[in-house]
Amino acid sequence: MSIRHGLLALLESGPRHGYQLRAGFEEATGATWPLNIGQVYTTLTRLERDGLVEALPENDGGQRPYRITERGRDEVALWFRTAVGRSERPRDELAIKLSLALVTPGVNVTEVVQRQRTATVRTMQEYTRLKRAEADLPSLLVVDALIFQAEAEIRWLDHCEATILRRRRTTSSKDRSTDSSATTAEGLVP
Amino acid sequence: MNVLELSAVHRIHGHGDTAVAAVRGIDLFVRPGELVAVMGPSGSGKSTVLNLAGGLDAPTRGEVRVEGRHLAQLSRTQLAELRRQRIGYVFQNFNLLPSLTAAENVALPLELDGMSPRRSRRLALAALAEVDLSGIGSRFPNQMSGGQQQRVAIARALVGERRLVLADEPTGALDSQTGEAVLELLRTRVDKGAAGLLVTHDSRHAGWADRVVFLRDGVVVDATSPLSRPESLLEPRA
Repeated sequence: MSIRHGLLALLESGPRHGYQLRAGFEEATGATWPLNIGQVYTTLTRLERDGLVEALPENDGGQRPYRITERGRDEVALWFRTAVGRSERPRDELAIKLSLALVTPGVNVTEVVQRQRTATVRTMQEYTRLKRAEADLPSLLVVDALIFQAEAEIRWLDHCEATILRRRRTTSSKDRSTDSSATTAEGLVP
Repeated sequence: MNVLELSAVHRIHGHGDTAVAAVRGIDLFVRPGELVAVMGPSGSGKSTVLNLAGGLDAPTRGEVRVEGRHLAQLSRTQLAELRRQRIGYVFQNFNLLPSLTAAENVALPLELDGMSPRRSRRLALAALAEVDLSGIGSRFPNQMSGGQQQRVAIARALVGERRLVLADEPTGALDSQTGEAVLELLRTRVDKGAAGLLVTHDSRHAGWADRVVFLRDGVVVDATSPLSRPESLLEPRA
């Protein structure tokens, strides 16, 4: 996603200027995705260049509203029709970090996992607090999405930790059996 | 003052070579109006901590204090009285008595404490109203849904003068929405001044707490830092 599609969708309900778009975007996303006004105007400039919106004359307050074009409407419709692909989401830095932690000497993976778990549970507390204060349905859905994503991450961390511990146990018991056979072999040597 | 305070608490089961340390030197406190969640894998000592906090089990070493009273220094009668009057329990499987109605279940601890049936019934009905269960006081547990039963259990845990509520996986087999409603209710009651200790493996439930403490192998390995004001979420990210 795209702020681009977000702003276009907001323009479906009528022309708006930059500050209104920013407010609308933040309202719809439960203020979980703050935008700065610069991002909004850069995006509007690109949308205009691509023929998806058109700028209207400035109002009395010196603000320039933008209106969605027919091509813009098609773009919004296409966006809602298309599922979000896994590959379009950013790479998971955490998964990469954990796998590197396993192969980097001197790094305690269990600690890396716990630090992340604590941080994510804390984020969960913050989202839950936000949710308690939220009455507006669109915002509530966004906050819930963040809560479920955090939950998934914590479950995955629990799973990683259990897998790592199980592997270690298997490896160390294998090592022990190798050691004992070595001793026996040595014992046989005169 | 802390409602609950565990200082350097150890709990060792068995002796000698077969001794198993369930809890090893835990410090934990819960203030009024605070909900603290304890998370950790199975066998990390979560339930032991809850049992020690409620005086259902005694530490091998260290002190457990409820409202400043050192549990080990109380007689059996005093401890039983403290448990009945000041501590409420919410269990995974509700633990309602099947042969008693909702109101009777809630009134039971008060009556056991010598309160008149009429007065304890009145308090029980008020407690049920507070968990949104007005009008079902005369139903038996098997005539209620799981969510309603757990709300009755919460009403029972908080009826009267109870200041400490101990919850062990309180949403057990409830569906996600009902479970969340139970947590919200617990949170609301704690906000009104009770102290809550919640044992859970579910991070979404821990999200309702003010602080989350992580246990592993009987030791506190980490805890979340206190929450800042909610507005901090609204600051644009770098």
